[in-house]
Amino acid sequence: MIAGKLKQGSNIISRYGIFIAFIVLCILLSVATPHFLTGQNLLIILRQVSVNGILAIGVTFVIIAGGIDLSLGSVVALTGVVAAGYAHPNTYPLIVPLLIGLFTGVGVGLINGLVITLGKVAPFIVTLGMMTMARGLALVWSDGRPVSNLSPAFNFIGGGDWLYIPVPILLFVLVVVVSYILLNNTTIGRYIYAVGGNEQAAKASGIRVNAVKLFAYIICGGLAALAGIVLASRITTGQPNAGIAYELDAIAAVVIGGTSLMGGRGTVTGTVVGVLIIGIINNGLDLLNVSSYYQQIIKGVIIIGAVLLDRRNAR
Amino acid sequence: MTSFAFMNKNYLLRVQHLSKSFPGVKALDDIHLDIEAGKVHAVMGENGAGKSTLMKILIGMMAPDSGSIFFKGENTSFRSVHDAIKAGFSMIHQELLPFPDLTVAENIYMGRYPVIFPGWVNRRKLNADAQQLINRLGLSVKANRKMKTLRIAEMQMVEIAKAISNNAALMIMDEPTSAISQKEVDTLFAIIKNLTASGVAVIYISHKMDEVLQIADTVTVLRDGKCIVTRAASELNKDSLISMIVGRPIDIIFDKKHFERGEILLSVRDLSGNGFREVSFDVYAGEILGVAGLMGAGRTEIMRALFGLDEIRSGTIYFKGNPVKIKSPDVAMALGIGFISEDRKETGLVLTSTVKKNITLGALNLCSHNYIIDKKKEAIIADEQILRFKIKTTGRNQVINFLSGGNQQKVVLAKVLLRDPQVIIFDEPTRGIDIGAKAEIYRMMTELAAIGKAIIMISSELPEVLGMSDRILVVRNGKITGEMKGEEATQEKIMHFAMV
Ligand SMILES: Nc1ncnc2c1ncn2[C@@H]1O[C@H](COP(=O)(O)OP(=O)(O)OP(=O)(O)O)[C@@H](O)[C@H]1O
Ligand SMILES: [Mg+2]
Repeated sequence: MIAGKLKQGSNIISRYGIFIAFIVLCILLSVATPHFLTGQNLLIILRQVSVNGILAIGVTFVIIAGGIDLSLGSVVALTGVVAAGYAHPNTYPLIVPLLIGLFTGVGVGLINGLVITLGKVAPFIVTLGMMTMARGLALVWSDGRPVSNLSPAFNFIGGGDWLYIPVPILLFVLVVVVSYILLNNTTIGRYIYAVGGNEQAAKASGIRVNAVKLFAYIICGGLAALAGIVLASRITTGQPNAGIAYELDAIAAVVIGGTSLMGGRGTVTGTVVGVLIIGIINNGLDLLNVSSYYQQIIKGVIIIGAVLLDRRNAR
Repeated sequence: MTSFAFMNKNYLLRVQHLSKSFPGVKALDDIHLDIEAGKVHAVMGENGAGKSTLMKILIGMMAPDSGSIFFKGENTSFRSVHDAIKAGFSMIHQELLPFPDLTVAENIYMGRYPVIFPGWVNRRKLNADAQQLINRLGLSVKANRKMKTLRIAEMQMVEIAKAISNNAALMIMDEPTSAISQKEVDTLFAIIKNLTASGVAVIYISHKMDEVLQIADTVTVLRDGKCIVTRAASELNKDSLISMIVGRPIDIIFDKKHFERGEILLSVRDLSGNGFREVSFDVYAGEILGVAGLMGAGRTEIMRALFGLDEIRSGTIYFKGNPVKIKSPDVAMALGIGFISEDRKETGLVLTSTVKKNITLGALNLCSHNYIIDKKKEAIIADEQILRFKIKTTGRNQVINFLSGGNQQKVVLAKVLLRDPQVIIFDEPTRGIDIGAKAEIYRMMTELAAIGKAIIMISSELPEVLGMSDRILVVRNGKITGEMKGEEATQEKIMHFAMV
């Protein structure tokens, strides 16, 4: 009886481990510093995580489909400078830099997807190549210089508030909601899981595997572009050197959130929690004046700990 | 009662009061089992009865909740498979566990490679030993071939080779014959006879009555995790065995009815591809076309190509008289062709997913509108299929991986038939399926034929082919070597065309 209860208890811990870890972290930090649990600080955290959050949601699609995308950070830079180039005051209406930026990201995702599916090259290799290519393109396009002097309308995306809430947070929430619906309630979402879980079986079930993978990479590229635009707007500059190693934070958030790097398993809510965990660690350690060197160590420990928990869950 | 007869024997292995639960199921409930050296002890029971779970506990893959295991009189509980193997256990798993990128030899001697000096594998000896073992099993594969290039049946034989290479005192065989044909079964039985003659104890799990009656000395029947009975095999016959397993008698398994044959639904002309050449045949509405042959004859390859899973090199496929190009399964499915794969792990199921999602995966159009899935409807559909196919599960949201082998197979059936295809290819449809469910599947096939479906049934079980088919094709070496009417067919005739 008691053994059974205990077993049930440990089941709950491994099942909701990441949520519990998140809540425990929040409690610890609110005890450690009074500045943590204030409305203002929470908004700061959310705004800080929104770029990484949008990226992480994008790469969640790709990872569930059994792939990976290492080009995210470079795409952030590329789409940032490209969009910024069309966002100088009194040139084009706001929609132009937005669409051009988004299409650039979608284009990169499309190329990634096509080479992976038709060329049958491992996603790791393709997106690694794309990581340097997109970075190079960003440098070429901007001539290696930051693209600044942007219109107020463009800067509103990353710096403005709407109904007292920062626009990046609203965008992040919108992305989360749409992605949640896509993955949970639509046929294409179901196919993404199937393709990542067992490609052969997905194919034999009549699913057009290549199309599904392409879709995942396109979503991922498009969301990377959105993140790039938000970032460029927030720092009011298109920086060709922006976003270095952003893909790693995004992938870390996904993994912390319980999505399997083997594909076929994962959730949007998990990724959101992963993003928030990384966010509150950064924020809390800042508030506690922990040096950024130690912050990196602590973050690393948490990532590995989360995956350990996940492994136990899978067994 | 009868168990008293064995009381004073010297048992190699004794299992007492063994229990094991999973969330939502009591898989094993107070199990007793006594195994004698030099004897074959069969364990039987319906899909999900707990057979594999019991064996996994014996071999140290899982820990029991309670109970004890005595091996050679000593209380043992292996912490790992490694310990069990060291103690003299060996197991052929129901779900094959190969290392696909290693060679056959490396798979067979995994963890026990011969070395020249520590750390340096003696590759020549490894390959030579493996080849010798393989040849002894009558298997024609090279020891240095990559495991992943083998067919399922060949992999199964390699698993058998691996298990006997171990010189174990106790061999556990969990459905070793579900993927192989009669010829290999005969070889396996000869090997088992040898093993028992030298004092090895064999625990043998199978759903095939004839096999068990032929090879076993003792039979234990499990039902819903409980030991129902243990008897000497000599006291049993097929009928008594079936009624012990199912709990009620089932008399007729092959309730063969012939129906008026309709139009030609599918015809294949001079089809060539990987593993088969110039194959031509027709399939009519309302008939069951049996496809017989030895393992590796190319039957599965033909059907995979037909379904768009493998490439077609030349030849034409006609569907209802019109030539069609089937480049991928979605094309085949849109035409109305369904394929029930023999390989549930590879092509049948998404193991990380749930029962429900697997069932509806190929037919989401039935429960979605404008790409949005109607979850209520999906749940209803899944529950209907679970009921219809008597899938033993804790619920539609259980992850497939936790179902017993036979129940996974039922999910594949439920999934493909949900789309209501017109031409249905069954590749070894009853592989690993218990006797009750088998009868059910045969009835279902007959019903499908009655409403005008065309059924192609690949089977390595001759009684099944003979009992179910209206017409039989025999395949050998990738070519169709014989065709005959069901009522004119005999075991001998089929084997004649299959071997020559
Ligand atoms: N790891 C697991 N987690 C949860 N349930 C499990 C697990 N393994 C087995 N079960 C359940 O335990 C029961 C017994 O399963 P088991 O695999 O032992 O059946 P079996 O007798 O071998 O059936 P089959 O003839 O189909 O191979 C089934 O209800 C199965 O769903
Ligand atoms: Mg089993």
